[in-house]
Amino acid sequence: MITKKTFITLLLLVSANSTFAETPASLVSGYAAEAAKTSPGFTPSAKRGQSLFTNEWGVSQKMPNCTTCHGKNIKAEGKHVVTEKRIAPFSPAANPERFSSAAKVEKWFKRNCTEVVGRECTAAEKADFIQFITQGG
Amino acid sequence: MKWLTALTLILGSAMAYADSDRLSVPNHPKWKEECGSCHLAYPPQLLTAENWQQMMGGLDKHFGANAILGTKDNQEILNFLERYAGNGAKRSASSLRISDTPWFSREHRKVSKNNWSDPVIKSRSNCTACHVDAERGDWSEDSIRIPGDRRI
Repeated sequence: MITKKTFITLLLLVSANSTFAETPASLVSGYAAEAAKTSPGFTPSAKRGQSLFTNEWGVSQKMPNCTTCHGKNIKAEGKHVVTEKRIAPFSPAANPERFSSAAKVEKWFKRNCTEVVGRECTAAEKADFIQFITQGG
Repeated sequence: MKWLTALTLILGSAMAYADSDRLSVPNHPKWKEECGSCHLAYPPQLLTAENWQQMMGGLDKHFGANAILGTKDNQEILNFLERYAGNGAKRSASSLRISDTPWFSREHRKVSKNNWSDPVIKSRSNCTACHVDAERGDWSEDSIRIPGDRRI
C-alpha cells in the first residue's frame, strides 16, 4: 500500500522533475511545437539532424563543422580543436547529462550555431538535431 | 656546499608551493562550469582585474570563438574574477592572453621550444598537458609531467 504521504511526496518529486529538468524527448517536442507554428505539420527528422551535424559549413576556418570538436562518433569523447580539452560524448546514451537542461542547450546552440553555421539555428533545426543525437541517423 | 644545495632545494620547493597556493580560489561552480567547458578554468590571479573586465566584455569574440554568456552570469563571474585578480604589469597582457604575461614567460622559461611544439601539448592554453592535476587546483612543481620528458 502506498500511503497518502508517500503518494504526495512522489507526486511532488515528479512535478519538480518536470519543472526543473528536461529530457531529450521533451526538448525535441518543445522545439518541434515552436517550429510547427511557422511550418504546420512539422515533424522532427533525425536524417536532417545528421546532415546539420556533418555538413561542412565552412564559415569558421578553425571550426568548419560540428565534428571538428565533437568527433564523428557521437558516443565517443570529442576534443576541442583549439584548446585540446576533452569534450564529453554527445549522445545521452553515453553521457546522461546531455540535453537535460533547456538553458544549457540554448546557450550552446546559440554559441555554436553562430560560430559554425554563421547564424543562430532555427527551432526546426534544433528539434532535428536533438532527434539525431538521441536516435542516431 | 652541500648544505647550500639542500637549502636552495628546500626554499625552491617552498616557493613552488607558495606559488601554487596563490593560484587557489574558493570553489565557484558557475566560474568553473562556464570558464571550464572549452579550456581549464584559468585561475583569476593570472590576469589583472582590467584584463578580466575587457575579456568578459568581449565574449562574443573570445580568441576567435563565440563564448557569449547571459548578462547575469557574465556579471557574477566577472565579480569573482575581479575579486581574486592578479596585480601589476607582470600579470597583465594587452592581448589578454595569460601566456603573454611576463609572469607566464618567466615561470615557463625552462620549457624548451620542442616541448611547446609537441603535438600532445599543442597550445600554451593546454595547461593540463603538463600540469596534470591542475583541474583539481594542484599547480605545484611536483605535479608537472612534461610529455616525452622523464621529469624536470
